[in-house]
Amino acid sequence: MTPEEWTAVRLSLLVATTATLASLPFGVAIAWLLARRRFWGKSLLDTLVHLPLILPPVVTGYLLLISFGKRGPIGAFLDEQFGIVFSFRWTGAALACAVMGFPLLVRAIRLSIEAVDTRLESAAGTLGAHPLWVFATITLPLCLPGVIAGAILCFAKSMGEFGATITFVSNIPGETQTLPSLIYTLTQIPGGDAGAMRLTLVSIAISMVALLGSELLARRIGVRQMAA
Amino acid sequence: MSLEVDVDHARETFHLVARFSAAPGLTAKTTLVDIVGGLIRPDHGRIAIDGQVLVDTARGVFVPKHRRRIGYVFQDSRLFPHLSVRSNLLYGRWFAGDGGAAANLTSVVDLLGIGRLLERRPDSLSGGEKQRVAIGRALLAHPRLLLMDEPLASLDEARRAEILPYIERLRDEAGVPILYVSHSVAEVARLATTVVILTEGQVTAVGPVADILSQTDAGEGGSVLEATVARHDAAFQLSVLATAAGELQVPRLSAPVGAAVRAYIRGRDVMLSLRPPEEISALNVLAGRVVAITPDANGAQADVRLDCNGASLTARLTAKSVQRLALAPGRPVYAVIKSVSFERS
Repeated sequence: MTPEEWTAVRLSLLVATTATLASLPFGVAIAWLLARRRFWGKSLLDTLVHLPLILPPVVTGYLLLISFGKRGPIGAFLDEQFGIVFSFRWTGAALACAVMGFPLLVRAIRLSIEAVDTRLESAAGTLGAHPLWVFATITLPLCLPGVIAGAILCFAKSMGEFGATITFVSNIPGETQTLPSLIYTLTQIPGGDAGAMRLTLVSIAISMVALLGSELLARRIGVRQMAA
Repeated sequence: MSLEVDVDHARETFHLVARFSAAPGLTAKTTLVDIVGGLIRPDHGRIAIDGQVLVDTARGVFVPKHRRRIGYVFQDSRLFPHLSVRSNLLYGRWFAGDGGAAANLTSVVDLLGIGRLLERRPDSLSGGEKQRVAIGRALLAHPRLLLMDEPLASLDEARRAEILPYIERLRDEAGVPILYVSHSVAEVARLATTVVILTEGQVTAVGPVADILSQTDAGEGGSVLEATVARHDAAFQLSVLATAAGELQVPRLSAPVGAAVRAYIRGRDVMLSLRPPEEISALNVLAGRVVAITPDANGAQADVRLDCNGASLTARLTAKSVQRLALAPGRPVYAVIKSVSFERS
């Protein structure tokens, strides 16, 4: 593989890992809200979370560009107050991936939280546990397989994200040129087929390792919980 | 320890109105227990324990369940599947704060006989073992009141017999008052000190167990006699119980001599005679005096309440027998009870 290809692989892994880990706490919180609470605007929140799943990725990328770009309202605020810049940086690629992976993350976690018996939670409450402790010691351990499944889905989505990323942060080698972006670039230039094929194989390998890893992890947790 | 309950709670299918103020050891229905435990917020009502208000809808007071220090033993035990028995038992201790001498793992484990289960997982326990662990878990959270919602309902006869002695020990030794819900008159007769009868969401009777269970409308019109085991008769497989009313011979009990037990006698198992019966197969004859005669709704039968040396005993007779014997309050009679009519509960 060429240095350029290695850079793209490393960058993709960094972007996908950052996107997954950074969105995980928010994903768990929103999944819990949707699974366990009734509040005004719940269906609106549900729709917003799922929107990136049904919108064309280019539209999501464009919305990110006009809101999180240097002159966008959120982007300008974050730049001035905290010095955080998303546009045309790898962090922007991570943001795009997080937004695109978020519906998958929330969906998996929500389903697993809904499967946790609320009667166990109220039993923990009668034993003196504050609701936050109930969540940490009962709900979270019991829905962990779902959290892992959601995180892997989000990671896989981030590895393959193309449309929103290229629209939001472009295709800058070494900064925002992720694996799919480079494959796309290589298919556009004469003689790039070999490189595109190499990267495709790398892409398949990473996806399979991630999937197998999650399967093993979920099974180990499942076995521990069901252990006789 | 006192418990005041005054709730008015409407649901699609029923309307619960309960107003009582009582000492511990009473029975009520699940919703009422859920309201006391903080799992349900009543529409209207007031609940106070030892004067501390837990719920007062008029003043907007609602203490959340995790701050009530009320232990709850559920019908379905609800052990945490991802934790070992030991971690389940110790779960409440994290939050009990002030700890205290009562919350001692070793003594609770001994009391409930669950020492060899500590490292096991809840899935591998039998129904009876699960329920004992659930009781221990609630107890170790150091509650000031223990709620038990039909803790034996999901168990078969053998498992019930296995757990009942532990609940009796809990009542006598743990020093925690228990609010116990049950539909079983036998369980209530054996365990309760004070009984609250709820019928279709209304409190219909409150009082000491012996008084309440001898009233006609509270179940089967039976009587409860406090007794101690006087001796065992090995040759005939019988035990002799000493009660205020006299000695009772019952099928052999496992309780040791000197143990306090309760005899629950159904009204239909009691026969009355005006003279001391002779050459009769029944082993138990108690002398007493008629206190009251309560005919049932259609007048075919009547419950005759006797005073046997201070103990209350009820006999269910036909109206014809009442007339034939010319029974009336004050009349001395002899109550005859067959020993085989006693069941072990």
